Amino acid sequence: MSKGAAIVVESLVKRYEEVTAVDGLSFEVELGEIFGLLGPNGAGKSTTINILSGILEPTEGSATVLGFDVHRDPSKIKERIGVCPQEPAFFPYLTGRENIELIGDLHLMPRKELRERTDALLDSVGLGEASSRRAGQYSGGMVRRTSLAMALVHDPEIAFLDEPTVGLDPQSRRATWDLIRDLRERGRTVILTTHYIEEAEELADRVGIIDHGTLIALDTPKALMEEHGAGNLEEVFIKLTGRRIREEV
Amino acid sequence: MKLRRVRALVAKELKRLVREPANLFMAILFPLILTLAFGAAFGGMGSGAGASTYTVGFVDLDASMGSPWVNSFREGLADTGALVVAEYGDNATAQADLLQGKVDAVVVMPADFGESVDSFIAHPTEPGLWVNTTIGLAVDQGSMIVGAAVPPMISQVLAATVFGETAMADSLPFELGVPAQVASSRLTQFDFMVPGMFAYSAIFVTMLVAQGFSSEREQGLLRRVNLTPTSPAEVIVSQIVANLITGAIQVAIVYISSGFMGFRSQASPIGIAYALIIVLFLVLCNVGFGLITASLVKSSGAATGLSFVFILPQMLLGTFVPVSKEIARFVPSYYVTDALTSLFLRGAPLSSPVVMVDLLVVAVVSVVVAVLGIAVFQRFGRG
Repeated sequence: MSKGAAIVVESLVKRYEEVTAVDGLSFEVELGEIFGLLGPNGAGKSTTINILSGILEPTEGSATVLGFDVHRDPSKIKERIGVCPQEPAFFPYLTGRENIELIGDLHLMPRKELRERTDALLDSVGLGEASSRRAGQYSGGMVRRTSLAMALVHDPEIAFLDEPTVGLDPQSRRATWDLIRDLRERGRTVILTTHYIEEAEELADRVGIIDHGTLIALDTPKALMEEHGAGNLEEVFIKLTGRRIREEV
Repeated sequence: MKLRRVRALVAKELKRLVREPANLFMAILFPLILTLAFGAAFGGMGSGAGASTYTVGFVDLDASMGSPWVNSFREGLADTGALVVAEYGDNATAQADLLQGKVDAVVVMPADFGESVDSFIAHPTEPGLWVNTTIGLAVDQGSMIVGAAVPPMISQVLAATVFGETAMADSLPFELGVPAQVASSRLTQFDFMVPGMFAYSAIFVTMLVAQGFSSEREQGLLRRVNLTPTSPAEVIVSQIVANLITGAIQVAIVYISSGFMGFRSQASPIGIAYALIIVLFLVLCNVGFGLITASLVKSSGAATGLSFVFILPQMLLGTFVPVSKEIARFVPSYYVTDALTSLFLRGAPLSSPVVMVDLLVVAVVSVVVAVLGIAVFQRFGRG
């Protein structure tokens, strides 16, 4: 049974001079679901997330997040969402804990709750022991996990996770998947962009496949595979576009 | 605007300042090293006095007038090579010249000095028969070197006068008095540099701000903060507050370290508060320059280079480099240096027109530059 729409996107277009990054995108994401945005690099996934998170103006079309228009109410949206950017962004001169707590402070979290939530997240992403070290000394996987914890510290209603597991070792990737599943269990909505096919199949309730800024398929992973007679989502993408999602692999 | 967000971002900025060695050096260590180095180099220069000889005013009040002991002591002082003896007929004139910085120290030979030495020579082992007396000594308290070097030299000459070069005794009937610390009004070259040093430190805020914003933009950190409900105004205000705190620390560092190197401010506590305020306005101005710089470049490396477009004119025209006033009037740091020179060196009151106009000019220019910087950064610099 539908719980209502968390995100509604209608005919969304984003142009950069001669380049059209998003071209007439329309879809809805339900509250409490994990929605996978699948597509190759440059397909328009990150641009879509930037528009939905209120930091990029669409050229045309409309989008609402939790009922707030991305153009008119970006600050209302930012209070309710958490974004883990594709490139991990962290303050290298702050410790892992300080990085996470800074984002909590900017969301005006009650101090006690912030401390407890930070402790829990540090444990979840396996950074408990390293939390007092400056993030500039962290490995690539550690900063990506710190970046994820920064996105989730204020327990957002919607989490936009842009390629959250790139560069992680299998153990850390599994831990991140568990964290994402936990979000769903607690009724949070997750928008997950990835070009890891198995990640989308494993986690996403529904998958939207984007290519050249256009939505070319939208359904559950199982339904998409059945519809196209494919063994996995990679085959679905190949059947739809004639190309692989991860062309570099 | 939420105070908690501003506080969190200010704390973050101050941690960056302390934990990144380049920033720590530029903001804190550089003003300290600069002041100490210039104080050491130029603290003894000025009024034609050399750094290696000290002029000692010599007042002979010995009743016998022409006592061989006094003459011997006077010659001993001159023979050191480090002390130049200037004769005075009375103590008042000598003390006045010390106050004006014409001499570094004053030695006053007491009326019974000759009698005291004679009593010692006649009865070297019978202290009860000695005529006890004290030689007066006053030194310029503004010079650490004079205070530390001159009294021991005089003591050594005194002992040599009575015993020759080697002989010593456990006790004597005469002693050198505790040096009176006299604040002279002589100004060294360093004294004239110190007001410019307050401005000198503040203008490097341009580089700190430009580097900070451009590197955070490069690393996606401005975007990360922008993904939270934090408003651009909260980011800018936190940056201004953090740099004002840095500026206040710089003022304290320059004031304390310059005092340690012999700088004597004639400003009252209110004058010092004025100095803090006008320097903080200059910091605000340089935050504006930093924002403009960060808006015009793509990388933190380019920000460092471009920031010198704003730093160099202020540094060369408005601090302690002697240039034509007509040219210097185009940079805000000139007005800070001018006001602090009036306050610190000339003892000008706060009601002085020069001091008031300087503050007004710096305040207006700083607010205009800061507003311009914020507008330019909002339009072009946020990435």
